[in-house]
Amino acid sequence: MENRNKTLLEIFLTFLRIGAFTFGGGYAMIPLIQKETVEKHGWISDKDILEIVAIAESTPGPIAVNSATFVGYRVCGFTGALCATLGVVLPSFLVITAIAFVLREFQSMKVVQYAFFGIRAGVLALILKALWSMYRQCPKNPVSYAIAAGSFILAAILNVNVLLVLILCAAAGFLASTISLRRAES
Amino acid sequence: MIYLELFWTFFKIGAFTFGGGYAMLPLIQAEVESHGWMASADLVNFVAVSESTPGPFAVNISTYVGTELAGIPGGIFATLGVVLPSFLIILLVARCFEAFRNSRIVSGCMAGLKPAVIGLIGTAVLSVGKTVFFPQGFSTGVLGGMSFYISLAIFLLMTVLAFKKVHPILLICLSAVIGICAGYGLGLPV
Repeated sequence: MENRNKTLLEIFLTFLRIGAFTFGGGYAMIPLIQKETVEKHGWISDKDILEIVAIAESTPGPIAVNSATFVGYRVCGFTGALCATLGVVLPSFLVITAIAFVLREFQSMKVVQYAFFGIRAGVLALILKALWSMYRQCPKNPVSYAIAAGSFILAAILNVNVLLVLILCAAAGFLASTISLRRAES
Repeated sequence: MIYLELFWTFFKIGAFTFGGGYAMLPLIQAEVESHGWMASADLVNFVAVSESTPGPFAVNISTYVGTELAGIPGGIFATLGVVLPSFLIILLVARCFEAFRNSRIVSGCMAGLKPAVIGLIGTAVLSVGKTVFFPQGFSTGVLGGMSFYISLAIFLLMTVLAFKKVHPILLICLSAVIGICAGYGLGLPV
């Protein structure tokens, strides 16, 4: 029992560290998760962590939260998942709560408004860069291009609800892969 | 009941977040604007705050919106909402790992969701671009305004730096410095 509590505490502290030291979220976290859970603690094998990351990417929710829940569950069941998820979220929660209070105090200052005026243009550049990296990771075939174009037209131009766009695209992807599979079989 | 509303809104956002934070910007924007919770310029400002602080964007934005609207309890409800779908889905997947991994339905849907994310980030580029370049809407003749050209210059410079793999936080700091210098130097309207 004491051993289990010690492991739970270790899981919590490990994911607290991961949550506290990864900026920009998502993919930036993967190398750190790998280092902490595979190399340092040996909770997960090298092969399994790759699978876990792949599954974290193909399930909804932030990748960091998904991987934390998964690793926690693997090591210590439900309680492990709870400790890992709490650990990975807590630093964000505390930092942002503090920042919310600071921003409220300073955001009406002229210097802060000018700073954010510049920053907004910089953020646009960052999002454009993210668009490019996503494009590079995406499979290059006509179906993918059509779905990407379709989701842009639906969401940006026709203002269709984003949840509906995602559901439609998932259905289109499933349909396309089923058809190509049938063709390959016959 | 603001707590329940925060919880449910961010629950939906958590349940549909695919492919990292930026793909969710159009959804988050639609939700916070339809509730009147946040102006679109404030949301773009917050993207920069989130890039410069630890943690995933979805978690950060939910904590922020929740805290702004309803104090610390609001932050807790919103954050709980965004994390819960992940937590439940992963618990389920972890129990039937093999079935999930070999599922044709899952891989088929993912084949559709990956390119969908590209279209959604494209949507985010468009709407953030509107906020940056035409904060008052298209009709006010902003093309003649100094703010428009300064924004354009910062955007072009930062795009070059972003593709040269300059760290996002450095890039945000640089944008802030240019914004402050140009703002005071040219006496831009606030």
